[in-house]
Amino acid sequence: MSRSPGRKQENHKISRELFVLTYGALVAQLCKDYEKDEDVNACLDRMGYSIGIRLIDDFLARSAVKKCRSYSETADIIAQVAFKMYLGVTPSVSCNSAAGNEFSLILDKNPLVDFVEELPAERASLCYCNLLCGVIRGALEMVHLAAEVTFLQDRLKGDAVTEIGITFLRKPEDRKHRR
Amino acid sequence: MADEALFLLLHSEMVAGLYRSAEQGEGENGRCTTKLESMGFRVGQGLIERFTKDTARFKDELDIMKFICKDFWTTVFKKQIDNLRTNHQGIYVLQDNKFRLLTQMSAGKQYLEHAPKYLAFTCGLIRGGLSNLGIKSIVTAEVSSMPACKFQVMIQKM
Repeated sequence: MSRSPGRKQENHKISRELFVLTYGALVAQLCKDYEKDEDVNACLDRMGYSIGIRLIDDFLARSAVKKCRSYSETADIIAQVAFKMYLGVTPSVSCNSAAGNEFSLILDKNPLVDFVEELPAERASLCYCNLLCGVIRGALEMVHLAAEVTFLQDRLKGDAVTEIGITFLRKPEDRKHRR
Repeated sequence: MADEALFLLLHSEMVAGLYRSAEQGEGENGRCTTKLESMGFRVGQGLIERFTKDTARFKDELDIMKFICKDFWTTVFKKQIDNLRTNHQGIYVLQDNKFRLLTQMSAGKQYLEHAPKYLAFTCGLIRGGLSNLGIKSIVTAEVSSMPACKFQVMIQKM
C-alpha cells in the first residue's frame, strides 16, 4: 500500500486521540461523581454494554465477516478484526481452558491509556478500561453468545501486560429445537 | 471511518448516562450540561495542543477562527464549517448545516428539545481549543432545524 501523505496520517491519529481523550475525560468525571471504585467500574461496564450492542451492527456492516463456527474463531475475529478496526491494535489470543470456552486477549499496547501515566493512589482498584469489557460483552450478546468479560491483568496496576479474559457461557439447550 | 463510529457511540452514551444518573439523583439538568461542557473543554485543550504542534503561528483572531472552522472541524467531524460570520467585534457564528452528532437523530424539528444536550460537549470542545490558543471565550449553540446548528463564540477581552 502506498504511503499516505503525512497530513492524512496525522489526522487519522488525531481522530483516535479524540476518542482516547474523551474517554479519559469521561473516567475523570465518573471518578468525581462516584466515590467507590466499584461504582465507577460498574458504570463503565454498563456504558460499554450499551455501546457494544450498537457497535456490533457497525462492525458486521464494515467487516462482512462470515459466521464463526467455534468460540476460538470468534475470539480470533475479535482480536484480529474488531480491535484492529476500532483501536488499531491486534491483541494476541490464547486459550485458557481445555473445554475451549475461555480465552485471553493480551494487549501489550493499549491505546486507551496513551495519556495515562498511572492510577491515582486513592483509585487503586479502578479498572480504567472497563468500557472495553462491556463493549465486548454487549456485542457478543447481540450475536447470541453469552460471555463474561473481565480484566485479568492490567498494566496500570503494575502487571506486565493487559489481559482481557473472555469466558463463553455455554447454553445447554441451545440448538435443540431447530425445525 | 471506524473511529468515528466509536466516538459517536461513546458521545451519545455519555449524554444518556449522565442524564440518566441525574434523573435518579437530584435531577438538575443544568448540571449535566455543565459537566458535558467541562469534559469537552478538557478534550478540546488536549486536542488542540497535539493538533497545532507543527502549524505556523496564527496571525490574528480571525485566523484562529478560520483554523477552527476548517482544519479542526475537518479532523474532528470530517467536514468543514459551512458558514462563518462575524461582527468583527469579538462575536463569531459558526454554522454547520449537517452536524455529525445530530444527523442520526432527526432531519427536521423532531426531538428538537433534546438537541442541546448533544451540543454541550462540542461547545466545550471549541472553548477548550480556543483557550489553549490564548483566547478566552463563551460558546453557546442553538438548533432550529436538525441537523443544522449554529455555534456562537463570544470572545472575552481579558
